[in-house]
Amino acid sequence: MPYFGRNQSNRFLAPVLIVLALALSACTTAPRETGINDPYEAGNRKVHAFNKSLDKAILKPASGAYGAITRGPVSQGVSNFSSNMSLPGVMVNDLLQLNMTEFFGNSFRFVMNTTVGLGGIFDVATQNGLPEYGTDFGETLFVWGVPEGTYLELPVYSGRTQRETVGIAVDFVLNPMNYVLPGNFRTIGTASHILNSLGDRNRFSDIVESVLYESEDSYAQGRLLYLQSRRFQLYGGLNEDDLEDPYAE
Amino acid sequence: MPNKSNLKRRDLIIGGAVLASLAMLPRQAVALTKTQAVALIDKLVGDLNKIINSGKPEAALFKDFEALFNKYGDVPIIARSALGVAWRTTPPSQQKRYVKAFSGYMARKWGKRFREFEGGKIVVKDARKTKRGYLVNSTAILKGQAPFAVDWQVSDKSGKDLMFDLLIEGISLLVTERTEITAMLDARKGNVDTLIRDLNKIK
Repeated sequence: MPYFGRNQSNRFLAPVLIVLALALSACTTAPRETGINDPYEAGNRKVHAFNKSLDKAILKPASGAYGAITRGPVSQGVSNFSSNMSLPGVMVNDLLQLNMTEFFGNSFRFVMNTTVGLGGIFDVATQNGLPEYGTDFGETLFVWGVPEGTYLELPVYSGRTQRETVGIAVDFVLNPMNYVLPGNFRTIGTASHILNSLGDRNRFSDIVESVLYESEDSYAQGRLLYLQSRRFQLYGGLNEDDLEDPYAE
Repeated sequence: MPNKSNLKRRDLIIGGAVLASLAMLPRQAVALTKTQAVALIDKLVGDLNKIINSGKPEAALFKDFEALFNKYGDVPIIARSALGVAWRTTPPSQQKRYVKAFSGYMARKWGKRFREFEGGKIVVKDARKTKRGYLVNSTAILKGQAPFAVDWQVSDKSGKDLMFDLLIEGISLLVTERTEITAMLDARKGNVDTLIRDLNKIK
């Protein structure tokens, strides 16, 4: 995973984005989207086939091995450390969304886990009733009124929409940790993110494998799962217009 | 003669009662209330919690899930919706065999997901009106995991109050299965018999 923090000019990116945020925050809210917008399906299916072979050859065995080596507390510690390292990036997005409640909640959380939680290895904040309010730049764009765009299957990252793809790219450069930490610490952070992804792949192996290997059309299932759950998350629940009515058919 | 008149009066009372209850029947059927919708899902979830934590072997669990879905859910309408447009061109006897195969397949597949809830429970919270009936909201509380939303769509369109869609964190069983079953049918060149055979095979 490339890190852009070494380039000093990127220090200027964050303020630019904040200005952009203030300019855009007056915009309308994003439309509630329904259905599937996938004009690049043919190309997406090729990437999906690649992702599937990547999972089979590397991710599945590696995550299984990771799960077997690291017992519960160790992988939990890695997962905690990884989320704590990305939390300042989450906080920047809270600010860009002008969500001050979650910004202050996450700030307290970061301070508590970094100090009492020994650099973020222990999640003492959650134990004290301060869970993480997760967000990302994709959600920030949603809050600013940017539409979802088309569906894209990205190598390694699998299914996303155009809006969330921009979100991933921006989140890379948005995390203040990339600029304040010395190189070695950044490497540790990156390593923890990769291990955490393996941990997730192992934790959710039943559901991942049922979609990838047990469904008739894993591309169509993956796309559907992603769009439904991402919209549910962004809209904060179900929209009545999206509900199915099989009696009307 | 008092006997006869007594009989007549009793007949009249019984007849009147039957008539009155008949008159009330359709009214009950059209007006699904929020209380009824919540009560149905409360009962469903109560049974579901019992099954999940019964500690029975998988095969027995799947049987329980299938009975549960058929007791509280409108499985034929879910199966029909999953088959998409092909339903209309499928003859009734084949439709019947397909619904039966789908019922077992759905119980195994979604039962497996619910099995992961072992040690946890689902709590019904609230309901809101929709075009078709009610959307009942519940929360799954699992050990060591953040709680997540399980929503249920309820309607009396079938003549009974029944659940016809369930959504886990926004992921709809109806939509998921329509994607899956129509893809299966396409891969089998539209042959419903092959589809039925393969649905029965899916463990």
